[in-house]
Amino acid sequence: MTLDPIFTTPLARPSRVPTAPSRPEPAPVELSIDGRAATVPTGSTILEACRAQGIDTPTLCFLENLTPVNVCRICVVEVTGSRVLVPACSRTVEPGMEIQTDSDRVRHSRKMVLEFLGSSVDLSLAPDVARYMERYGADPARYGPVAETVAQPVKIDNELYVRDYSRCILCYKCVEACGVDAQNTFAIAVAGRGFDARISTEANVPLPASACVYCGNCIGVCPTGALMFRSEFEMRRAGTWDEAAQTQTDTICPYCGVGCTLTLHVQDNEIVTVTSPLDQQITEGHLCIKGRFGFRFVQNRAEGE
Amino acid sequence: MDLRAVAPRPSPAERAAVDTVLGPPESGWAGGRRDSATDGHAARGGHEARSRRHLLLPALHAVQARVGWISEPALGYICRRLTIPPAEAYGVATFYSLFSTAPQPPAVAHICDDIACRVASAEAVCADLERALGPARTASPDGRTTWLRSPCLGQCDRAPAALLTVAGERPVSAAIAPADAAGILRQLEHAATGMAPGTPTSAPIGPSVPQAGAPGLRLLARVGTVDPTSVDAYRAAGGYRALERALAIGPDRTIAEVTAARLVGRGGAAFPTGRKWAAVAAAPARPHYVVCNADESEPGTFKDRILMEEDPFAVVEAMTIEAFATGAERGFLYLRAEYPLAAERLTNALARTRGAGLLGPDILGSGFAFEIELRRGAGAYVCGEETALFNSIEGKRGEPRNKPPFPVERGLFGRPTAINNVETLANVLPILADGAAAYAATGTDGSTGTKLFCLSGNVARPGLYEVPFGTTLGELLDLAGGVRDGRHIQAILLGGAAGTFVGSDRLDTPLTFEGTRAIGASLGSGVVMVFDDATDLLDILRRIAAFFRDESCGQCVPCRVGTVRQEELLHRLANGHPRGTAADELALLGEIGRAMRDASICGLGQTASSAIESALRQPGLVRL
Ligand SMILES: Cc1cc2nc3c(=O)[nH]c(=O)nc-3n(C[C@H](O)[C@H](O)[C@H](O)COP(=O)(O)O)c2cc1C
Ligand code: SF4
Ligand code: SF4
Ligand code: SF4
Ligand code: FES
Ligand code: FES
Repeated sequence: MTLDPIFTTPLARPSRVPTAPSRPEPAPVELSIDGRAATVPTGSTILEACRAQGIDTPTLCFLENLTPVNVCRICVVEVTGSRVLVPACSRTVEPGMEIQTDSDRVRHSRKMVLEFLGSSVDLSLAPDVARYMERYGADPARYGPVAETVAQPVKIDNELYVRDYSRCILCYKCVEACGVDAQNTFAIAVAGRGFDARISTEANVPLPASACVYCGNCIGVCPTGALMFRSEFEMRRAGTWDEAAQTQTDTICPYCGVGCTLTLHVQDNEIVTVTSPLDQQITEGHLCIKGRFGFRFVQNRAEGE
Repeated sequence: MDLRAVAPRPSPAERAAVDTVLGPPESGWAGGRRDSATDGHAARGGHEARSRRHLLLPALHAVQARVGWISEPALGYICRRLTIPPAEAYGVATFYSLFSTAPQPPAVAHICDDIACRVASAEAVCADLERALGPARTASPDGRTTWLRSPCLGQCDRAPAALLTVAGERPVSAAIAPADAAGILRQLEHAATGMAPGTPTSAPIGPSVPQAGAPGLRLLARVGTVDPTSVDAYRAAGGYRALERALAIGPDRTIAEVTAARLVGRGGAAFPTGRKWAAVAAAPARPHYVVCNADESEPGTFKDRILMEEDPFAVVEAMTIEAFATGAERGFLYLRAEYPLAAERLTNALARTRGAGLLGPDILGSGFAFEIELRRGAGAYVCGEETALFNSIEGKRGEPRNKPPFPVERGLFGRPTAINNVETLANVLPILADGAAAYAATGTDGSTGTKLFCLSGNVARPGLYEVPFGTTLGELLDLAGGVRDGRHIQAILLGGAAGTFVGSDRLDTPLTFEGTRAIGASLGSGVVMVFDDATDLLDILRRIAAFFRDESCGQCVPCRVGTVRQEELLHRLANGHPRGTAADELALLGEIGRAMRDASICGLGQTASSAIESALRQPGLVRL
């Protein structure tokens, strides 16, 4: 069989890929962090500046692939001249800024944020929190056993993921991932006000009756395990979840031409969950329902395989 | 998995209510009649529909007022008309306490149980209603009425206060003050039997403004003496002289006058008004907006209400001047929904000024064009915070934004916005009419002009008073007749729930920004609430703590949880069961307050412990 020339001749292309005209690099910003001089690119956030200095700054509502909402306030730092502390995750640096990341005021606010969350929310699955509690001397127990919490029954209303809002710190990340930052589906939003505010579908209907398309991007960004693969939830309930025994393997999603990177979390030769690295260039760690949940066929082995 | 292809339909009444705000649906896609010629190939929507998001609150109000609550189909219909995701609209509807997303009887009595009304036996009113109607928030046996507790209704001088709302084809919303259980039950009865409840008449304005008609008043000059419904009467009493002068001298000199008068904001933050206007005027982005902050919800505050009810044209004139100075063509007046009479008077004033060529495309023949829209809040104290207010107008949850950027740079709809309090605006008129020098001759160097004070609690003549800055607290109390015979002052709350308690040893404090700052207090919104020795101050503190807990938007952790922990702590103190000693509790309160002050996003959280801590810090003020 001879191929039609149209398949064999490369299409005519411009001889080179056009590049945008180069713009002058903005001048770097000079500031001081904890008394030490630092220079960072214009437009950096204080958090980026701190990280560049190797200063470990706790964050809960911040994630590289989402717009900062600066609501958890655990990242606050002291800036000379500012009456109140400022959120490092969203404030951009200004020339001459004097920043304190470990002053008495900063340590106190971080401690209290951890105590407030620890005394009202189940943080047992939130990574790093125990370490920060220790560092800032937080003692959530001191509000007493009757301190009000957000405890409520787990919502299990579909086969793909569960919502345990007893673990929800209201960081808004899932809302952002479901909205303009990734999925543009807007199935969930914050409803109610104050301490009674909750992540909710429209009129609090179960997920299958909502606009949810099961991309699972909310699970990917949730920092506390409030949103969890059904598979992980069942294994934890059965006591078989063993993170130490799991391997992580990067691969490419087989379903469509976007070609998202998948990280398969495998335990006992079974895929248990799927994530995607945040630094993945195309979709920044977000996936769709197929890449996120469509892995069972891999495990559809014939008898004895 | 079920897919719901067709949402349940709204009732004809719900649909009609929405259509009065949004007009009839444009296409089958928006819930109208299907017509293949127009609907056949494309849905209307996109940017055009989404740009009407700001009509969400008006649409929700329409359904609430027509039906008494907002059902899922009604919400769905609004969402389709405005292209809003239902989950988001639900989040908005559930944010505001005057919207109900669960079935609620049409006639509702909102009983203020906030601090000034507590002093005036509000709890007795609530107890009587509970006996007659059952517990708060439950429907009466016939399903037609209910009652619930409300934060301050801005009628504190006539405490105890209530607000009656009756949904229906001709909805009613009216304040009842002073209120008693028998009167409220009678009104509810009227409403329940379908009789027109007759607008419950509140007392005439006289007693609320004891100085009315006295010579020398600036801000209250027309209150109680000039017909608040007639633009001619307003002009005959000197109205629109200020705008005429502004048009004559131009925007720059108008701002220069305000700056030279050293006017600072009366909304609580005391920011220089001239500086704010100059920043907006100079902002390159267009269009510019002006907003009048009439959300007045600080417990104890009712000054803006009386100004808007009794001198509404002044607010319209001052906003017009502000727009002229800052280069805005559109203004919004954001009024708290609990002020039905102010809404009526302002709506009338807007219509009359439009009719007289004082608002609209060519104001006073100068070629300057300006329009004002009245928008109502829906029961949220935090919406008085300027950026929360913008979000609320934009049809979003009233969550404050992080600053910077500040409103002068990015405010309403992301544009440069000049936002001012009603009383601030009222001061602009004498500044322009009489000149900055004459204005600043009154008051002190640091605080020019006069100030409105809202006196309530245990004083002989509660009401609104205008005095020059520098008048002492004691002199002001004397004006109001002091406390009743045989009683003495236990504490005075300055500046509202976000303010400070002071003792009777502070009566010689000059009421100025600098004078109150010197004693660690603030003027705030001009609240002066007096508690005599018969008051259970700990109970008052507990109510203040409950207020902040209820009104926190819930966005940031320090305020969302801190206000709850603070309230729990006050309950323990009030019940006499502290964790550890009372001193331990006070230390913990200090820690909670410090974190809220330092790390909260907005002023609500930052001041949520201010009054409570100030009372408990002063030895002997509160018995523990
Ligand atoms: C929680 C909170 C509530 C507020 N409520 C009001 C209000 O009801 N009316 C008002 O004028 N300002 C209120 N403010 C202050 C406004 O944010 C803003 O400073 C003011 O509208 C500016 O106007 P001014 O400069 O004329 O005072 C509030 C602030 C906070 C933090
Ligand atoms: S469910 Fe998770 S991601 Fe969503 S707000 Fe709660 S903690 Fe954040
Ligand atoms: S995750 Fe979805 S979008 Fe990404 S490659 Fe797979 S199928 Fe395509
Ligand atoms: S301080 Fe309170 S009201 Fe203000 S943004 Fe935070 S939670 Fe909302
Ligand atoms: S991480 Fe900065 S406020 Fe949450
Ligand atoms: S109206 Fe009741 S406290 Fe203000």
